[in-house]
Parts: sequence; C-alpha cells; structure tokens
Amino acid sequence: MIPGRFGPYGGRYVPETLVPALDELESGWERATADPTFRAELDVLGERYVGRPTPLYAAERFGSAGRRILLKREDLCHTGAHKINNALGQILLAQRLGKRRIVAETGAGQHGVATATVCARFGLECVVYMGSEDMRRQRPNVERMRLLGADVRAVEFGTRTLKEATSEAIRDWITNVATTYYLIGSCVGPHPYPTIVRELQSVIGREARRQVLGSHDRLPDAVVACVGGGSNAIGLFAGFLDDAGVRIVGVEAAGAASLGTGRPAVLHGARSSVLADDDGQITDAHSISAGLDYPGVGPEHAYLRDSGRAEYVTATDDEALAAFHRLAETEGILPALEPAHALARALDLDAELVLVGLSGRGDKDLAQVLER
Amino acid sequence: MRSTLVVYLMSGAETPELAAAAEAGGADLIELGFPFSDPLADGPVIRRAAERALAEGMRTRRCLECLARTRARVDVPLVPMTYASLLEAYGWELFAADAHAAGASSLIVADLPVDERPELRRVQLVAPTSTDERIELAAGLTDGWLYLVTVAGTTGARAELSPALAPLVERARRLTSVPLYAGFGISTSEQAAAAAAFADGVIVGSAALLAAEDGPGALERFVARLRAALDS
Repeated sequence: MIPGRFGPYGGRYVPETLVPALDELESGWERATADPTFRAELDVLGERYVGRPTPLYAAERFGSAGRRILLKREDLCHTGAHKINNALGQILLAQRLGKRRIVAETGAGQHGVATATVCARFGLECVVYMGSEDMRRQRPNVERMRLLGADVRAVEFGTRTLKEATSEAIRDWITNVATTYYLIGSCVGPHPYPTIVRELQSVIGREARRQVLGSHDRLPDAVVACVGGGSNAIGLFAGFLDDAGVRIVGVEAAGAASLGTGRPAVLHGARSSVLADDDGQITDAHSISAGLDYPGVGPEHAYLRDSGRAEYVTATDDEALAAFHRLAETEGILPALEPAHALARALDLDAELVLVGLSGRGDKDLAQVLER
Repeated sequence: MRSTLVVYLMSGAETPELAAAAEAGGADLIELGFPFSDPLADGPVIRRAAERALAEGMRTRRCLECLARTRARVDVPLVPMTYASLLEAYGWELFAADAHAAGASSLIVADLPVDERPELRRVQLVAPTSTDERIELAAGLTDGWLYLVTVAGTTGARAELSPALAPLVERARRLTSVPLYAGFGISTSEQAAAAAAFADGVIVGSAALLAAEDGPGALERFVARLRAALDS
C-alpha cells in the first residue's frame, strides 16, 4: 500500500461507485512500478517520443545583476509542456488495466493535448472535458485536440473553467467506470492520483538536479515553479526536497492562491487547501492563465506548505505578462503564461542561482497576450 | 410488507410546505439536500436545484433552520444529504450534533465512502461496483438502512430501471439483514414498483424536484402515484 494521505490532506472523498476503481488503479500502479518493463517502456518513449532529457538552459540575459537563472525547458517536450510526462505514464497504466476509453479534463488545454496525443499514439478513444470559457481563450489547443482525434466536450455550467471540467470528467468516469480510465492531469484528485502524478512528473526534478550538478558543480539556491494544481512544481520539487539547503518556492496566480488564501476543504475527491467560503462552498478563482485558474491544489503542496519545507508566493496577471515579454525579448523564448508567474518571482528572489521550471511554451497564449 | 418511499427535496424557503405535501402523498422519509457548489454525484436536475438554492443563500446554517422548520411541519424522519466540504467547514461532529438537534434522524454524505471518517454515524451508500467486503463494512456501520446506488452514474432519470439493481440486492441480502433502499435513476411509478420488488424501499430525487417545481399540490399528486404503485 502507498500512503493515501499527506499529513491531514489527501484521502478519497468520492462517491462509493469509484472506490473499487481507485483500488484497482492503486494495485495496478504498484504492479507497474514493480515491473522493470514498465519503467523501461516509459524511459524509451520519454527519450524518443517526448524528447527527454529536456535541456537545462542558462538564461543569461533574462537574469538580473547578481542573480543567475536556469530554465528547465519542459516547453521543449513534445506537445509543448510537461503534461506529456504524466499522460504517457498513465496511458501505459490504462493499457495494463485493459481500458480502451480515456477521459480527461483540461484547463489551458495542455493536458488535453497531451492526452489526445497519447491516445492517438496508442489507438484509444479520447474524451476531453473543457470549460467553454477556456475553449474561448485557448482556441489553438481545442483545434489541436480535435486534429488528434479527441472528442472535446464543452462544459457550459458554473465558472466554465477547469473546476467544472474536472467535475464533469469525474461524473463521466462514475458513469462509465467499467470501461473508462480517468487520466487526471494534475497532482489533485482522490488517492492514488496525487502520488501517481508526482512520480510521473518527478523525472523533471531528477534530470534538473543531475544537470545543474553537471554544469555548475553545485545545487541551486532556490527552485521555483508555478502552481495551479501543482504537477510541474511537485515534479521539479521532488528532485530537491531532500536537499535542505535548496529553497523551494511555488508561485500561485494572485487570484487563484489556493495555498496562500485558501482553507481546508474538500474538492474533487481530496482534502486540501482550497479557495472556499466559511460554509465550505468552493469560490471562484481568477487568473489570466487558464492553467492556474483553479480553486484547489494538490494535497502534497498543502502538506509541504504546513511543514515549512516549501514556501508559496503569488504573482499577478500583470507581473506574469511582464515576465512573458521579458523572456521573449531577452532570450527568444515565448513561455506559457503559467510559468511566466514563476519567472516573475524568480527575478526578485533573494538567491544567486535560481532554477525555474519552464513548464510550457506560450504559443497557446498569443491571443491572450495580444489582447492586453 | 409495505415498501418505504423516500423523497428528496432541496433546502429552500418552500421546503417545509413541500415536505408536508410529500408526507400527505405518502412519503415515509424525506431526504433534505444541503446544496454544495461542486456536487460530483449529482446529475443536472439536482445540480440546478443546488445552484438555485445557493443563489438564494441556502448556506449550512440556513439549511439547518430549514430542517428545524420542516421538522415542525411533518412527522416522518428527515435526513440531510450533502457533501463532505460542508461538514469539513462546519466541523464534522458539530454538524452531526446540530443536525440532530434540528430534527434530523441521520445523515447522508454523498462523497464520503465508508472508510473515510468511519466514526461519523450516517446512512452508508453501496454501489454495483462495491465488493462484498465493502458492502459488509458499510452495512455494519450504517445508521438504520443501506442506500443502494442502483447505477454506475450520477443522480437523475433513466429510461429503464438499472439491471444492476437485482444482483446488488441479492448480494446485499446475503451479507446483511439491514433494510435496503434503492436510489438513483428511479423516476416513474413503474420503476419504483419494479425496484420495490427487490428492495425494501425506493428513493426518488430528481423526479420529485421536478414535480415540486409546480408546487406542493403537484408534488403531493406525484408522491401519491408513487405510493399507489408501491402499494398495489
């Protein structure tokens, strides 16, 4: 058994219908990780399909006096974001469980694209739920998913963003649980999803640690990543949690600071720190970045916050946009708006060598940025 | 033996009057929805009712007041049905204590499977996907009766009674002697009568909410038709 909780966070707050499926998922995951052929298959696909290892790049012109910034270039992964690391691992797991139909939720569209991609690669049916507001602001990713053969279903209620898309994907799973695998995109949801997603994304931190030791012969003073649900952050942080001298900093969108201003609540199957009111009703998040526009966060981040091992700060829409432009103009790299939040805070951290998770590329955000 | 008829209503200003109508129509127990913003187990009808109730300010304390007012109007047992996030915010034990003080007979928490917070006394739910081991565990801890979710899915009307119900009842009978009430996807008199052929009671939710939209008279007539079908 793998632990189902991170301190007081995590758990399985789901309708009973799903519990046997979560048990099946957990035992399937344990069997897969104990099987060297699973790891080997994932490593080969990571190298030849995704393009791993991704570079660690010294952004010399982006940095400021006395502060060197290193970018872990997950934007160079196939499909343009770190989401593919998780999607690929889970699709191999889904196949081991004999599931031929995949459902997923998506916010910015990066997880939806990654899921549609791996479903195309393995010939599986793919249904992606996406809020209609997110479909509007991430149009290119909607088109990409459709070209990849996915059935993209608009979610037309509530906030019309990632929160409702996630609820709808879970409802689809409840309804079709016998045939369907739910390919969750972040380190959220009921146990064992937060653990599975962390393990699959921890390749980011493992590579980054090895690379920085190789190129700089030392560890960074700080590692920084954006946090929506928190999957790229947990993957990067996983490589450095045991290095007590490395500061770990998560950056939330100021209008979606589940860790900064949230409270303990239950959302999408887990107890975590959530934007909620006094009555436990979930409140709306607001961010220019669809991928951070989510009122919840992975339970392990809530635990890392409480334990003091990681600190969580915020960046505003305007700060993220300024960092987006700065990286474009100084390094010739268009970041996604999500990691632009991490870039914004990296510039003013009191640290000399800062490693930033550049979780995705910004092509999907051009319309958003040009609108401003 | 007379089948138990359970009717679901959403908390709101009209609820005491609607509950009285349901009782007059022949309901034996009323589930009272305490609305949650993100109800994973609910289909479109109950979701819409929850959204409306929240827009009208039906937060936990007002739902408890509604429960107390309803208690004053009817004699049948009242059981709040809600989601874990409300109890997390209110305090798990305090919620149970205040609900009982306001007249609740028990609680149902739709996203709290038996192994989460087993110490919270409540009506447990089992589903067609539940293993025998989980049915036994739920039956051992349940408060009075066991809620059989008839379908893999969310609440709301279905064209046919779920074929998964009969085998689920059969399994549960082997494992426990507690009363078994079937819910999810039971909307018509025919479906209620068919479910009652196996189960000890039926739960009608979304269809009752739709009937209640036309007022207490319409709800009473709808419940009376269900009652007649169960008694025939």
